[in-house]
Amino acid sequence: MDLVQLQRQLVEYRTSLYHEGFLDEQFTQLQELQDENNPDFVVEVVSLFFEDSERLLNELTKALEQQSIDFKRVDAHVHQLKGSSSSIGAQRVQKVCIAFRNYCEEQNVEGCLKCLQQVRHEYSLVKTKLESMFQLEQQILSAGGSIPM
Amino acid sequence: MEMAVDKTQFHVLAVDDSLIDRKLIERLLKTSSFQVTVVDSGSKALEFLGLNDDEHEQRDSNSDEDQDHQDLGVNLIITDYCMPGMTGYDLLKRIKKSSCFRDIPVVIMSSENIPSRINRCLEDGAEEFLLKPVQLSDVNKLRPHLMKARSNERLFDQH
Repeated sequence: MDLVQLQRQLVEYRTSLYHEGFLDEQFTQLQELQDENNPDFVVEVVSLFFEDSERLLNELTKALEQQSIDFKRVDAHVHQLKGSSSSIGAQRVQKVCIAFRNYCEEQNVEGCLKCLQQVRHEYSLVKTKLESMFQLEQQILSAGGSIPM
Repeated sequence: MEMAVDKTQFHVLAVDDSLIDRKLIERLLKTSSFQVTVVDSGSKALEFLGLNDDEHEQRDSNSDEDQDHQDLGVNLIITDYCMPGMTGYDLLKRIKKSSCFRDIPVVIMSSENIPSRINRCLEDGAEEFLLKPVQLSDVNKLRPHLMKARSNERLFDQH
């Protein structure tokens, strides 16, 4: 695939992520903070998000496996995940977190378990998609091209 | 006497327990040409400023520590509200109690849009309350507060 095709593919792919609600305006903000002096800013922040999310998902799983569930603790983790997903523009993850927090407040175990499953799923989707997008960007850069905005 | 345009940078102290948000706020502030120090808790912020956590500190206003405080040159403190241990609100109160630092503008950030929380912070001395995720346009709102604080400083400067 030639450079122009790669660039077109990237733009289409990125646009689809916004259309499908995986990413929102905040992700654009992140891209705008990247420049020649900070060329890896987006990848760095997103990598932090991946690490942090995986940690939080493990904590949530453990917390919800307890005999006696500490909903305050569960809520605290979800609050963090909601915050970080919001900070990078991972909209679908953030939305599940909102529902998740409501179930925590109601101390609804079934609801929480369902949300945990959903948030794992949404996280996994956005991770795959962002990784694909970064891969495309790398291909373009390796071919000597620049990333279209 | 003509006031020269001040080309020195403003120094912002940012406080947030979230690693991602620290990275973001640092980039936002640096992009806006601020000098930045980032810490991950209210206690670390106080430590940086040279204040201790002790609510009942009795500091002699002519002590040597005051000179050091002035030299730190923190012109604005921007802090997350929800933090374990000391919240951003607790930090705000602590700063406003300090004779050295009470005039430094404090800005609070929060992911939660709770009017009573916002009002309380503003009533207790916060200059601004920003909703997360914080954007470049929000950071641009900070400069007037810094300019005002700096010109007040000059106005009351005895030296």
